[in-house]
Amino acid sequence: MTGTMAAIGAGLAVIGAGLGIGRIGGSAMDAIARQPEAYSKIQIAMIIAAALVESAALFAIVVALIAK
Amino acid sequence: MKTKSLINFFLFFLLAGSTLLVSAQEVQEKPEAKEEFDASTFILEHIADSHEWHILTRKDGESVAIYLPVILYSREKGLDIFSSKKLAHGHEYKGYKLEEEGELQGKIVSVNSEGIVNEENLPLDLSMTKAVIGMLVAALIGLLLFLSLARSYRKSGISHPKGIQSFLEPIILFIRDDVAIPNIGLHKYEKYMPYLLSVFFFILINNLMGLIPFPPPFGANVTGNIAVTFVLAICTFIITQFSGNKAYWKHIFVPPGVPLWLLPVMIPVEIIGLFSKPGALMIRLFANITAGHIIILSLISLIFIFNSLSVAPVSIIFVIFMDFLELLVAFLQAYIFTLLSSLFIGMAMPEQH
Repeated sequence: MTGTMAAIGAGLAVIGAGLGIGRIGGSAMDAIARQPEAYSKIQIAMIIAAALVESAALFAIVVALIAK
Repeated sequence: MKTKSLINFFLFFLLAGSTLLVSAQEVQEKPEAKEEFDASTFILEHIADSHEWHILTRKDGESVAIYLPVILYSREKGLDIFSSKKLAHGHEYKGYKLEEEGELQGKIVSVNSEGIVNEENLPLDLSMTKAVIGMLVAALIGLLLFLSLARSYRKSGISHPKGIQSFLEPIILFIRDDVAIPNIGLHKYEKYMPYLLSVFFFILINNLMGLIPFPPPFGANVTGNIAVTFVLAICTFIITQFSGNKAYWKHIFVPPGVPLWLLPVMIPVEIIGLFSKPGALMIRLFANITAGHIIILSLISLIFIFNSLSVAPVSIIFVIFMDFLELLVAFLQAYIFTLLSSLFIGMAMPEQH
């Protein structure tokens, strides 16, 4: 039972991460469209923000692995 | 690469794979039932640390492995150093045994003469396991790279870069200009540059080595071992605390603008925040690297679960794609660990108001 719940929990965490990183990507696209010269700066900031959001999802995966 | 030859390449794979599928169906009888391929133990064995470096298992069940030294210290018997071959397959040697199942699985326990396991006092296990050898080889590679870099500076001075210089110098300058100076400040960053550079290259080299499966010093899961990332986070924590100035401690214990009755809540929260930041560093690096390894191992073990060779082209293409992603993650996680470390060090030295 805990195995299934752990899997469901990990899936829910990934929903959050997907939404978050999707929004980051979307805002980055808008910003690049407004100012194409700033492309590399925006890209660096986007990648850093995406890695930080992804680490939140990975906390949940670690908890799911421990709970299993 | 021309598109036409690329399409030919794919068609050849599909054709070859389908012929193999047909031939697999014709072999109906098998001499005996082969045991089921257990994907989760396969994956966990490759992620976890181990006392021997497993290379392959021959058909008759014998395994070819490099047996690493086991170094144990227990209060009764003192220091013991021997090869882990003596402990293979659950044998007992000199009163020590490697537990294979149960609560203490994977740990070395001491067994007294009747064969009863002493569960309270485990011997201190200082063995050179896979992860230790991986770390030492990564440190050696780092030493070789940077000593040769320093030597080339000494010989030719700060001239135009050539060779290994042209690869490492932009990275070092990037860490100085974009990570250390903005976060720590122009006056104080020099003291911390050795630590930031060491941590960046150590994590980077270990991440990259974990992606290469073969030959033996590569392919050890170092940064995916939570004990290793724990120690890296502790290093950042200690350096941050020792560089805290008075304003920093004041902000934690007497946060400005907080009414007195709120202090019993704020101070524990601030102290938890003090410990949670290195904790997040530890878990972030561990989970990213381990998750990447688990994904690649799962995609490869798909071939063995379906037990047919035609899954192989699909699986290998996925694995190649995931390997590129893992390469990006290797660099990114090293950079983020260094960036956040420098951010915490910078936050520990706020300007006096």
